[in-house]
Amino acid sequence: MSDNLLEMKGITKAFPGVLALDQAHFSVKHGEVHALLGENGAGKSTLIKILSGAVERDEGEIWFDGRSYAHYSPHDAIQMGISVIYQEFNLIGKMSIEENIFLGKETRKGIFADKQAMFQKAREVFKPLAGDIDPSEKVSNLSVAYQQLVEISKAILNRAKLIVMDEPSAALSTRELDILYKLIQKLKSEGTSVIYISHRLEEVFEIADRVSVFRDGKFVDTKMVSDTNKEELISLMVGRKLSGKFPQNNQKSNEVILKVQGLTNHKLRDISFDLRRNEILGITGLVGAGRTELVRSIFGADPFIGDIYVKGVKADIRSPQDAIRYGISYLPEDRKTNGILLEMSVRFNMSIASIKKFARHGFVNQKMENKTVQKFVDAIRIKTPSLEQKSKNLSGGNQQKVILGKWLACESDIIIFDEPTRGIDVGAKQEIYSLMNQLVQEGKSIIIVSSELPEVIGMCDRVLVICNGMITAEFDKRELSQELILAKACSEGEPA
Amino acid sequence: MKKLTLGKVLKDYGLALVLVLLVAIITALRPNFIKPNNLMEILRQVSFSGIVAVGMTYCMLTGGVDLAVGSNVALSAIIGALFMAARPIPPEITGGLNINPIIGALLGIIASTASGLFNGALINKIRIPPLIVTLGMLEVVRGIVYVLTGAMPIYEGFEDYFRFLGQGSIGPIPVPVVLFLVTMVIGWIVLNKTVYGRHIYGLGGNAEVARLSGVNVKKISYSVYAISGLLCGITGIILLSRLNSGQPRTALGMEFEVITACVLGGVSMAGGEGKLSGVFFGVLIMGVLFNGLIQMNLSEFYQMIIKGAVLLLAVGLDTMSIVQRRKLLDKTRNLTKGEGLAKAN
Repeated sequence: MSDNLLEMKGITKAFPGVLALDQAHFSVKHGEVHALLGENGAGKSTLIKILSGAVERDEGEIWFDGRSYAHYSPHDAIQMGISVIYQEFNLIGKMSIEENIFLGKETRKGIFADKQAMFQKAREVFKPLAGDIDPSEKVSNLSVAYQQLVEISKAILNRAKLIVMDEPSAALSTRELDILYKLIQKLKSEGTSVIYISHRLEEVFEIADRVSVFRDGKFVDTKMVSDTNKEELISLMVGRKLSGKFPQNNQKSNEVILKVQGLTNHKLRDISFDLRRNEILGITGLVGAGRTELVRSIFGADPFIGDIYVKGVKADIRSPQDAIRYGISYLPEDRKTNGILLEMSVRFNMSIASIKKFARHGFVNQKMENKTVQKFVDAIRIKTPSLEQKSKNLSGGNQQKVILGKWLACESDIIIFDEPTRGIDVGAKQEIYSLMNQLVQEGKSIIIVSSELPEVIGMCDRVLVICNGMITAEFDKRELSQELILAKACSEGEPA
Repeated sequence: MKKLTLGKVLKDYGLALVLVLLVAIITALRPNFIKPNNLMEILRQVSFSGIVAVGMTYCMLTGGVDLAVGSNVALSAIIGALFMAARPIPPEITGGLNINPIIGALLGIIASTASGLFNGALINKIRIPPLIVTLGMLEVVRGIVYVLTGAMPIYEGFEDYFRFLGQGSIGPIPVPVVLFLVTMVIGWIVLNKTVYGRHIYGLGGNAEVARLSGVNVKKISYSVYAISGLLCGITGIILLSRLNSGQPRTALGMEFEVITACVLGGVSMAGGEGKLSGVFFGVLIMGVLFNGLIQMNLSEFYQMIIKGAVLLLAVGLDTMSIVQRRKLLDKTRNLTKGEGLAKAN
């Protein structure tokens, strides 16, 4: 079986109505980092679920470590040495890091759990990943980034030969990403293979040896990373050419739309800045620096002291209701839990914030509501079979558009995007970017909070860097570079 | 996709189907059941829990529940009865008319509404889960009712005109039934046609999303418990008029049949999902079932077993559909081209 650790041949899987995988091939060599690319619905997740034993294949062979496997369960897969780190973590929030790492495989001393040994081992595994975090800390107190490290620790402890990481970088800041990359290099040097699934092409070139592309359930191609480039990968994924460039915003205005003065709360210290009409302002920094808290405060979702002026008038913002009245809107980082009502229709979601506009004496004029919603569905090109479609059935990109449409229906002038393209595939990303530009051309102002530096640099007219709850730098478009931003986004613990 | 349409048909007409089936079976066993008199009697019987079910639906749609409904009904009835019996306003100053029943009724309704509002305050200010708040209040309020009456019924003070509410009829239809239908219709309009109704569904769908969309979630949450209290208050007064006496044990255990009717009618225990039209059928099914059981001379103990089983069955079906929904969600995530869900995070 040559030097392949894993070989999947002719894998086919049909779900009612859809052929999720069609004669797909995939192989991973010993000690290689293999990136898996494809848009949503390309079949990556199904492939991984088959590999992990969570889903049974209809056809095809799987060879792992020189053996052919017919049927196996997720439990068998772990025994075989396959560990999958899903985006939705398998962690118990109320238990400590150490307890989570050892769950189901506790070290024993006689009939008792050997707390000390486990704690020691947990520290050994976890410390190089996460530094000074105490393994007895409850998982629910950790940020998403650290929770992911706990998941990786679990895989390491399982002595996995193959670790699958499903969009591991989605929730990580640049510094944490660095840790992850180093960790992957280390795993690789120890002979562990890694399958790395990501939407960010930059990462493929940073970390992977080979890359396989899937499209519409079919295997498209495997390439050596050194033999390919970003444009080629995008066209393989999308099946057509995409520019891959950021649209340019050339509207300029000096009118200050939003003025923040001395904003302070549990996470932020004395933040002041201006946002102008037609401007796209970026806010970046490490995860935990206070970016999200800042925009949530401006939106009235978190308490704060300090002054906010909208169009020169002092705004008394104490709740999202207040902020919306002042024309401020917010697209949260976590769409599913904070942004959209998954069980509700597209129409319901898009009109909920502006519903009073369609109402007289509290009664909703549904005709007017439908008309307005349809207008925005068309304007921002939301792909949905009907307005009554449940939102959970839309793709991530279209869900993001529904949330955007909700705020456009409110006629907000200030639109805050928190990680606007996280978990959204390349084609839809591009569309979100053009929409943002279209909006500023129309006289709106945008704030983008993002950890994706290419996005920040490509889209923003001006960028604020936040570190430990304070603004540490402000850059104009001309002087922007990744290095500069990184230098100012100091790491945790360092003096600001 | 065909499967889904079948499911949709069942979902839309399933309850009516169950009702018809139930009526058919009971009629086959006890032909007297189908007589118009009996059917009207069933309607009259369900009208009390039916009115309360509207308020319960509002609470459950926000993701909460109101266990204190039975006690609030009794509180209203007893406050009303005590006032009527005491006759503090002499007829001389009101032109010979005894208006004590009217004032008493209003006071009873106000007391029950205040009790509901207090539920809302405990839930929103102190953040105790609705289940616990209303469980506690169920006991507290019933206790107050016993203290106020010394656990003795009140028999005096009921004017003839007051009896109309519970014993009169408009044409062939008993007044309680009319009030039940009116409450249902108003409840439906508010839920489906107003901004307030939207906000209730939004809150139940996901409280944080609703808050970040500018919904005043606290206000909504307060108000649904107040509305439940209000409807309990009205029901208490109608019951008082119907029984012609203030019984401290009025509506004991009513929360049980009301919640069963709501869940049976498709209101999700998790909130955000459910229709008042479904609850209407849920209420009727419960009424038909119990009347049928009585007609068949089934002992009260067996009735209890069946009542409990129906609740468990209804909740079980609701939970199963949630699990199924999750599974479906997982599947769509894997497979739908372009329409698949983005990875949650």
